[in-house]
Amino acid sequence: MSVRAESAHVSIDGRGRSHALAEALFRFRELGIVLALVIVVTVTAIHNTNFVSKTSLQQLLSGAAIIAILAIGETIVIITRNVDLSIGSILGISAYAVGVTFENHPHVWIPWVFVIGLAVGLAFGVVNGLIVTLFRVPSLVVTLGTLYIIRGIDGRWAGGHQVGASALPDRFTNIGYGTVLGVPYLGIAAIAAVAVATYAMRSFRTARDFYAIGSNPDAARLAGIPVERRVFLAFALSGAIAGVAGAFWLSLYGSVDAIAGQGYEFQVIAAVVVGGVAIFGGSGTVLGAALGALLLNTIDSALIVLNVSSAWSSAIAGALLLAAIAFDRLLSARIAPALRTRRSTRG
Amino acid sequence: MLALEHATKSFGAVHALEDGSIELLPGEAHGLVGENGAGKSTLVKILAGVHRPDSGRLLIDGDEAIFDNTRQSQQAGIAIIFQEPTLFPDLSVAENIFIGSQPLKVGHRIDSRKMRRETVTLFDRLGVRMDPDRPARGLSIADQQLVEIAKALTSDARVIVMDEPTAALTITEVERLFGIARALRDQGAAVLFVSHRLEEVFDLCQRVTVMRDGRHVWTKPIDELTTGTIIRAMVGRDMDTLFPKEEAERGKPVLQVERLTREGVFTDISFDVHAGEIVALAGLVGAGRSEVARAIFGIDRADAGTVAVNGKKLRKGSPTAAMSAGVGLVPEDRRQQGLIMDLSIQRNVALASLGRVQKLGLIPFGAERRFALDWVARLQLRYGRMTNPVWTLSGGNQQKVVLAKWLARRPTVLIVDEPTRGIDVGTKAEVHRLLSDLAGQGVAVLMISSELPEVLGMADRVIVLFEGRVTGEFGRAEATEDAIMLAATGTRKEQAA
Repeated sequence: MSVRAESAHVSIDGRGRSHALAEALFRFRELGIVLALVIVVTVTAIHNTNFVSKTSLQQLLSGAAIIAILAIGETIVIITRNVDLSIGSILGISAYAVGVTFENHPHVWIPWVFVIGLAVGLAFGVVNGLIVTLFRVPSLVVTLGTLYIIRGIDGRWAGGHQVGASALPDRFTNIGYGTVLGVPYLGIAAIAAVAVATYAMRSFRTARDFYAIGSNPDAARLAGIPVERRVFLAFALSGAIAGVAGAFWLSLYGSVDAIAGQGYEFQVIAAVVVGGVAIFGGSGTVLGAALGALLLNTIDSALIVLNVSSAWSSAIAGALLLAAIAFDRLLSARIAPALRTRRSTRG
Repeated sequence: MLALEHATKSFGAVHALEDGSIELLPGEAHGLVGENGAGKSTLVKILAGVHRPDSGRLLIDGDEAIFDNTRQSQQAGIAIIFQEPTLFPDLSVAENIFIGSQPLKVGHRIDSRKMRRETVTLFDRLGVRMDPDRPARGLSIADQQLVEIAKALTSDARVIVMDEPTAALTITEVERLFGIARALRDQGAAVLFVSHRLEEVFDLCQRVTVMRDGRHVWTKPIDELTTGTIIRAMVGRDMDTLFPKEEAERGKPVLQVERLTREGVFTDISFDVHAGEIVALAGLVGAGRSEVARAIFGIDRADAGTVAVNGKKLRKGSPTAAMSAGVGLVPEDRRQQGLIMDLSIQRNVALASLGRVQKLGLIPFGAERRFALDWVARLQLRYGRMTNPVWTLSGGNQQKVVLAKWLARRPTVLIVDEPTRGIDVGTKAEVHRLLSDLAGQGVAVLMISSELPEVLGMADRVIVLFEGRVTGEFGRAEATEDAIMLAATGTRKEQAA
């Protein structure tokens, strides 16, 4: 790694080595998730070879893809020391908007419906962001409110109506079912989105501002970071991403009513936390959150294959969440003294 | 180049700044001195764009400027090294230095190689060896301060403001910093140096401004000044009348701390406090003084060592045990830890003595009031009504309420952490008189203070901590500003207890 080589000339007193250790611990998080994934898949596959069949894996990947895409936005919000609970409702209403668009304009150009989903999501994200930053209300409360409000609007709009698969053109549902070289389109979309987001979160000033704000909000203000504007942006992004995810969701599940996406916010937050994003902001990666989504979905499917009741599967997701948090505490407790003793030499 | 004229700033009822004026010239290092609470930091924060003055003018190159936020101040070419480091624990050292102004490459992407390179260059200039990739979390206070300094040097600032930058630094680091400050000054930058170390002011500055109680006292060229004239202007009266600790009969040891250790925070702390004695724990911010106090009181559990009161060992990690043994703790942060700001004055005073006030598990309003009134009168609290919430009081009077709360329990050991931080000079003297009286009545007082004059004036003995270890112990006669500062910066470690 080039980074290691470059740091060599400052590590005269052996700090390079302990740095490498801290870095390994840091990366260990994502490695740990991959390891857990491998174990789950292997154990389940031994028990039931159908688990690693093509269709089964494809289904798994498609379902995880939606959560992973949502997790991108949620990660950004959580990194700024906020939380967005309204993404499930936003996904639901934008999926419904897309469905209604197909009912009224069966021949609409497909990219348009993604723009519609994005616009609907962005609008609600903007509302979240405005309330949080202008009125300085904690985002937990704001988005809990909008979770219900948006669901209410959705219910009012949809009534008992359901947009069925018959209203959706094949060109659209293909996005949910189609594959390239065996990989579902949705999986490819999620991988691409996660890759772009991971890179962007590392490479742009605005993205680093998100981390700074979550790490120490007062210092962020002193450093001249426009904290309110950045937090607003995080919510707008999260909303827009949830909107696009709504369009993907519809393409996968093929029908939408007023309760679409209910409870997704918690699946997503669980994935983000399991993926190593600190719940109080400042650290974590989009990649980790996406892997967290994949792990939780894999466990879910594995338990079905292993004939474990679905009640257990949520209990296990919960236990995993607690384990992830305990691991975090343990890790930071371990790292803290190591970092403290690692003072720089005085010259 | 930059001037602030007659700026005022109030926070609620507290007038932090009543007449803040300063004029900075290019190619000049300007010293700003004053006691804690004189308004120096408020003035600095106005220059930084953190606070907007309530009145007064800020001029840059003769034009009036208004800073709504810190970015505008930065854009005007002002770089500030804040007194308390403001780092991002999760970000790397290099990112901390360049946050908001990271070097970019094509497509507005951060050029992290260049960022690391420039960080190493900056550190070389400062003579610091620190890994640019390590997270800021866990850096010592001195290292954090160095990162702050590096941060200020990244921009081509025309005005550099250093708010007590040397408090945590070693002598070599201070010399390097001064070398850089002189170089910047000679290149035509204006340097504002806020410090209470007068030797450093004489070392670096051409002119000095003294502030007292939020007001500009005077600005004079350095060659007209001596340490004595500056101190007199800062204090505004003789030192002796400010810190009136009277001789009290030294009784038997009451608080005995033996080899107290808390992993990674402090190590092997041993000392006694006798009845009638005030012992000061001195040291720099972050030396572990408050942590020792918290461990004695049992808020934090010590890993090793013992605390005994009147010869009886206290159960570890139990504030209840400490309280029933007669220990009281007046914490450093009275807003967060000492008071319940929304509760009334009388409720706060009676809070630690409810056992004495209660009848059948209820708290009769009248009894609580009578109880509180008694103590409020003894401490000469200035208040509106006993039922007003505590936040309506000034800082000094809030501190009296905290003291009243603990004195009402008639403690045998009283630990006070920064008892006069952020309170006005008059009340300060009253608090000092009160502590002196307490000692006279045979209470063992352990005082943590960052103000050297207070330590020198009040303490019968001074114990100095540096990075969690005792680096010096001085009796009243040997305790001098120099001796304490040397021990507090860890420059001399051979003193035996």
